[in-house]
Amino acid sequence: MTDERVPIELRVEALEQLLVERGLVDSAVMDKYIAMYERDVGPLNGAHVVARAWTDPGYKERLLADGTAAVAELGYKGPQGEHVVVLENTPAVHNVVVCTLCSCYPWPLLGLPPSWYKDPAYRSRMVREPRAVLAEMGLRLPEDVEVRVWDSSSEVRYFVLPARPAGTEGLPEDQLVPLVTRDAMVGVAQVTP
Amino acid sequence: MNKATGISKATGIHDMGGTEGWGRAPVPAPDEPVFAEPWQARAFALALLSMRLSGTNLDAFRHAMNRLDRPDYLDDGYYGRWLHGAENLLLDSSIIAPGTVEARAANLSGGTAEEPGPPEPTRPDYAPTAAGSLREVSSAPRFAVGAAVRARAFDPPGHTRLPRYVMGHTGTVVIVQPAQVLPDTNAHFQGENPQWVYTVRFTSAELFGADAEPSALNVDLYEDYLEEAP
Repeated sequence: MTDERVPIELRVEALEQLLVERGLVDSAVMDKYIAMYERDVGPLNGAHVVARAWTDPGYKERLLADGTAAVAELGYKGPQGEHVVVLENTPAVHNVVVCTLCSCYPWPLLGLPPSWYKDPAYRSRMVREPRAVLAEMGLRLPEDVEVRVWDSSSEVRYFVLPARPAGTEGLPEDQLVPLVTRDAMVGVAQVTP
Repeated sequence: MNKATGISKATGIHDMGGTEGWGRAPVPAPDEPVFAEPWQARAFALALLSMRLSGTNLDAFRHAMNRLDRPDYLDDGYYGRWLHGAENLLLDSSIIAPGTVEARAANLSGGTAEEPGPPEPTRPDYAPTAAGSLREVSSAPRFAVGAAVRARAFDPPGHTRLPRYVMGHTGTVVIVQPAQVLPDTNAHFQGENPQWVYTVRFTSAELFGADAEPSALNVDLYEDYLEEAP
């Protein structure tokens, strides 16, 4: 059976060709979708949200109260961002997001999910042994930190507001943006100065 | 497939929460490209377009992936399962005939396979009542924040977003989320059944036993999935 499998690259090429020939799909439209997620919609969007929340207490309050409206203030909305809930990481509580059933992810804020988020090991084990998984990924949490795992099983999309690192108090928003990583906004890393 | 309902069960491979045997978690790479290979980008776009072409919806697409066997789900990774799921939608709605993709793939490799002609489309009799998945409902939420609830345990006949690892377990409502269309019926074009969704917090001890690493698991559960805790 295995040796009869059509190589996936060929399968994709075959399907695209079949649909384009019949006028059902336009390759240029496909290019547009691809370019949007390769160039325009990515974790830089989320980093802007985080940096704004770190520097504007009123914005942070709105972000935690109604994530969808607050991220829309900065222009971020679209597919996989219908209802955004923002989770604040603090020295006492660490939030981390997973989707055990597929790989749901807040596209308008973070773009398409990275490979580790889609890995069966992450999807299966994050709910059962989050500290062990985080440690394997490079984040060791102190014993007294409460770990909260969020499984994205509905259309709600969770977004982690990481803790602002010590030593960045004087930095303006535009210098904070490059410090904020995708991994910190899912909850598998912390932001370091 | 159930002949009376026309509904196919999921294989279960997708329902990974709490399952074992997957190895270590990958270490994130800082500069991973959005698409590691060009075919992944094409599969992504083809899948988005296939939902529209087949006249279906996101829940149907998820179920189309959840019906895949283990090799189709796993062997070519995330965008591999997107492509196979998209093919399922196109086959279900008779946009392409069975064997067409395989025949074209063979011909692209220098073969001379006969390709089936395009069939007569059989798109589902379905139209969403609004865009997206959030809906207004007139009923009040059945459960309030702080309520003790139990996730029902059942063998789903088709699609569901109730993960197995919470079935039969008791937790506490921590957020009442906006009402949403019920994936279990929407995936099969049997109605949107919009209803409240609750974020329910379970302790790891409740789900995985007293020896489990201490943590709080928050899972979004549709009202139909829940009953009052006994």
